[in-house]
Amino acid sequence: MKRSKPTNSATHSSPPNSSVQSREDLRALQRTMASALFRPLDARWGMQKTWTDGRPTREVAAEFIKPNDRLNSFERLEIYNRQYWFRVLDCLHDDYPGLRAILGTKKFTQLATAYLAKYPSNSFTLRDLGERLEQFIREEPAWTSPHEPLASDMVQFEWAQTVAFDGPSKRPITADDILGKALDQLILGLQPYLSLLWLNYAVDDFLIAVKRREEDSLRGEASNAIHSAPRASSRRKPVRRPKKQQIFLAVHRYENQVYSKRLEPEEYQILAALARGDTVAVACETAVAQSPRTNFDWADSIKIWFDTWTTLGWFCLPQ
Amino acid sequence: MPANEFNGFTDYGIGIGLRVPHYRHILAEKPVVDWFEIISENFMVDDGRPLEVLDEILDQYRVVQHGVAIYFGSADNLDKTHLKKLKRLVRRTNTPWLSDHLCWGSVDGRYTHDLLPMPYTFAVAKHTAEKIKAARDYLEVPICVENVSSYAEYHASEMTEWEFLTEVVELADCGILLDVNNIYVSSKNHNFNPYDYLDNIPHHRVGQVHIAGHSKFEKYILDTHDNPVLDPVWKMYAHAMKSVGNTATLLEWDDRIPTFDEVHREALKANKFRHSFVATK
Repeated sequence: MKRSKPTNSATHSSPPNSSVQSREDLRALQRTMASALFRPLDARWGMQKTWTDGRPTREVAAEFIKPNDRLNSFERLEIYNRQYWFRVLDCLHDDYPGLRAILGTKKFTQLATAYLAKYPSNSFTLRDLGERLEQFIREEPAWTSPHEPLASDMVQFEWAQTVAFDGPSKRPITADDILGKALDQLILGLQPYLSLLWLNYAVDDFLIAVKRREEDSLRGEASNAIHSAPRASSRRKPVRRPKKQQIFLAVHRYENQVYSKRLEPEEYQILAALARGDTVAVACETAVAQSPRTNFDWADSIKIWFDTWTTLGWFCLPQ
Repeated sequence: MPANEFNGFTDYGIGIGLRVPHYRHILAEKPVVDWFEIISENFMVDDGRPLEVLDEILDQYRVVQHGVAIYFGSADNLDKTHLKKLKRLVRRTNTPWLSDHLCWGSVDGRYTHDLLPMPYTFAVAKHTAEKIKAARDYLEVPICVENVSSYAEYHASEMTEWEFLTEVVELADCGILLDVNNIYVSSKNHNFNPYDYLDNIPHHRVGQVHIAGHSKFEKYILDTHDNPVLDPVWKMYAHAMKSVGNTATLLEWDDRIPTFDEVHREALKANKFRHSFVATK
């Protein structure tokens, strides 16, 4: 897929009225200013010189922003344009260290810029900023080429950690909730904060190595998060990208700490079936039937798995 | 004023912002702090570690909520989902008042995550005041609106910022969170006398005060909250205290955050100005 230059997804706004006498006037002014903020910065981290309709941005800015004795309208608007991009890029920089390590800082910043130009934030919280990043990587794989499958796996893993950190939970089931129910009737819900991932790369081990390396290089260094351009890549040797290896992961929290747990393929199959609403009996029978294993003590293993999942609080009453 | 209807008739002293790098210290050492201000949006989550920490803090300290994303000045309607989550948090913290900014930051459901300046017109003041009233009625807690620092002004403005602030809070019958540092920053960026601002707002509506550090650049000043309060801001704070009384004051330090003790020491410098006010009154 050809990589296109980032453009703004916003509807091109018409120039705001010089007076703001109604809510619609206010909306027009705010649309124009937001359009200016959401437009990606140029190569020198400055505001783009040409507006969406081909006019000089200087001319557009002068229509609604007053100059002062030190800064013209363009320069005053540019302060906000830069602050917007530094803030959102820095947020993704911090939230996706694994993806950044895969792509390198420069390519990561290009991807993040293109992503946010297409999908500006639609949530009041920056926590949700990366919610559509995996979708974007699938839609426009050129930004992560030739590492799109690995990047996609990593973004799924990193987003799952956000969900596990502060996502909703339900009351874990107790023995009383399921007492007397036959397995072919028993349907179990899974905690909303639990993500089940079927991945083609061991991104869990890779991310641990990346974070360890970043902690070492950042030790003793204060963050300059909001008002500076994204940090340059470290000169230290990067962590080697993982080789292809199918893994199954559960990303969850326990006692309010985020964990990821490797699963056996059959564990994943059972949990995924439960998440779809299958009964416990159907989930287990299907997983056993599809497993290539022979000479395996299914009864014992399935009991241990269910005991572990129950201890971790993964089961709740279904919707 | 120290205790008024806009801060729930409380008489809080010097507080500091609750920030992640200090969690461990606060929970382990339990330092004496009059109150903590939390950023509401950081705790408007469904579950997990943030709420666990908040509950531990609430067990030991008084907490006041400060928001960054209601956007009273946006042309869009109030976000009902946002307000619902906010109200759930208000019930959890039992905050005596709640603050957010006199600004806009989203349009058509897309968020800039910034505190953007407003055009100072009567029509916009009316629209903004209606949103503040609607939010207060829903949240059932007094609201104080904070003046923001700004780097741009609009041709459309018909009045000064302090006239606009006054118009909004009178129409909404709400309180003011007076950010002294923001006034200083904007006064330098827009060439006005900051004392004109301090002297010409309804002092009886001030429910809380903010102080913070800023950064000077060649042609403008940025509100960075990443260093100690500078002398001109302390002077303004002293002046403000004479007008509004020993009002609950909070030091904001959000970037390059030093140790808890350093932040707390900086905040407590405010006592010098508060106590001198009492002595001369």
